[in-house]
Amino acid sequence: MEACARVLQLVQLTASGRPRLESGEVECQLLDGIDLEEDSGKWALKSGILSLTTHRLLWLDERLMKASAVPLGSIGQVYASKKSLKSMFSTPRLKFQVWTQKDGRVSSQGQDGAAGSIVLSILFKGRTGPDSFVQRFGEVVKAQAWKVNMAPQIRSSLDESVPAGEAGPSSGTANIPRRPPPTKINPAMAGVSGILRKEQEQQEEVDKNMKEAFQDLNGLMSKAKEMVQLAEKMRARLLQGQSAGTDEEGMGTKQEMQDWMLSVGIASPVTKESAGALYHQQLSRQLADFVKDPVQRAGGMLALIDAYCLFNRARGTELISPEDLLTACTVWATIDVPFRLRKFDSGVMVIQSVSQSDEEVFMRLTALVKSGEAAKMGIGATEAARALGMAPALAKEQLLAAESRGILCRDDGADGLRFFHNFFMDISITTLQEGS
Amino acid sequence: MGEFSFPYFYNYPPYFTLQPMKDTRDKQIQLWKELILKYCKHHKLFLIDLEEEFALFENTSIQRKLTFEAREQFLSALIADGRAEWLDKNHRKCLILWRRIEDWADSLLNFVRENGIELMTLEEIISGDETYGTELAGLDRGVLVRAVKILEQRGKAAMFKGSSTDDDGVKFSPN
Repeated sequence: MEACARVLQLVQLTASGRPRLESGEVECQLLDGIDLEEDSGKWALKSGILSLTTHRLLWLDERLMKASAVPLGSIGQVYASKKSLKSMFSTPRLKFQVWTQKDGRVSSQGQDGAAGSIVLSILFKGRTGPDSFVQRFGEVVKAQAWKVNMAPQIRSSLDESVPAGEAGPSSGTANIPRRPPPTKINPAMAGVSGILRKEQEQQEEVDKNMKEAFQDLNGLMSKAKEMVQLAEKMRARLLQGQSAGTDEEGMGTKQEMQDWMLSVGIASPVTKESAGALYHQQLSRQLADFVKDPVQRAGGMLALIDAYCLFNRARGTELISPEDLLTACTVWATIDVPFRLRKFDSGVMVIQSVSQSDEEVFMRLTALVKSGEAAKMGIGATEAARALGMAPALAKEQLLAAESRGILCRDDGADGLRFFHNFFMDISITTLQEGS
Repeated sequence: MGEFSFPYFYNYPPYFTLQPMKDTRDKQIQLWKELILKYCKHHKLFLIDLEEEFALFENTSIQRKLTFEAREQFLSALIADGRAEWLDKNHRKCLILWRRIEDWADSLLNFVRENGIELMTLEEIISGDETYGTELAGLDRGVLVRAVKILEQRGKAAMFKGSSTDDDGVKFSPN
């Protein structure tokens, strides 16, 4: 582990153990049961998860919660695997050359800043074979998405975690905010007015689609495919096709657009396509990262339905099914995340923060029913919702839970169901006296 | 007869809702059983008819009253304790034994011994001048008959038929 730490980049993980992606970085494929070896045999990383993103090759150790990265920019030659009789029976592997700097670290500048190179091997020991990965790997390396944008804020925060020597010249560029990313100029697309007109046409088309889509549900259904395609196209264009924008204004709006897309959602949703068999596990971790804020805002408890809507809205195009969400929540029980799925007696399911204890909620309810008017009038779901800062439907579940613990008792009167302090339990029963 | 003093929780609305939680409901039933017995004793009531209004089961000041199901449960609990009995097959009329029949028998025997009485009609016991002001006044006729039967078994009294039911009487043995 030590030897490889001197070579590979360190990757920061989210609270639930998902790698923190850079701005604009999208996960393309996930594979499990992967070994990463240095060919001279100095070090080897055993059975982890390999994640191919548009920017990096990430190797994750889920147990140790550690991750290392090879920037795709540093990859030189990829060696085709020899098809021999022997290779049919040995573990499939992919070899590639990685440029290194003087200090032996991988060079993110590629060949330009390189002082040497090493050869790394990926060993595919999991269920999924290398074929689709190799193809994808080639595509991603060719697309060179990492050259397109390096958002200053994330880039600089990442630099803190790696030695200054490694960051090199790129730290200089990182300090200039909103620097237009390097672009390739395509002569065929040149001409500012032409670009502007095209942009406007596209915008009108977008406007039209949006209007039609929201007219009614049928409209939405018929437009759904187009909307998805549009959103995908926009994302793809933002990530790669910077060729159309050499003018400052165009860049500004693009940057804004991208910021906006990032703010509403997850730039790189975990999909069945990218994660395969690891899908639910990775989705589960991503969900745990995502629900942190909403759960906090909702007073420590969020209805599963709300979580489903928020999560899918954030994912944008790669929507997940309710079953997938439920499975992802169930997986929480087996991994270390600060949330759990809770099912109330009524069948209502919620995502509850582990730190939110029932005792605390019950204590607040007890205080509430003993104070002022509530002592005489009791409390309904509305009052409890206000006091607990959660939705009335969930507050009602909490009231019922408190009742089942013997903390509250109910009054089923004309005003609907109201809850009181359980005075029954305060009264000590004097046994019925004989003959009295 | 003074004013009956209700317990403080008689003014709490949940007291009138049958609690779904077992522990809470057990406590509630216990409290109701006590209250029914006390109330009936205070007002010398022996009969609760589920089909008729019963003042105890409704608190007009908080606009709450027990449901049929709740009343039935509380009475059934009293019956299980031996402190009440159904008088009909349909379980509508309930005899409340805020005092056991044996105790009534003892009470009756003491009364006749103390006053040197050897012969009394049932009517005289229930509403005669001799028992006026004693605990025997206003006794339910059915309860009285059963108390006398207990005394008969002990050989302390004998029932005799009069010309009408009003004249049915009891002859007490002198010792």
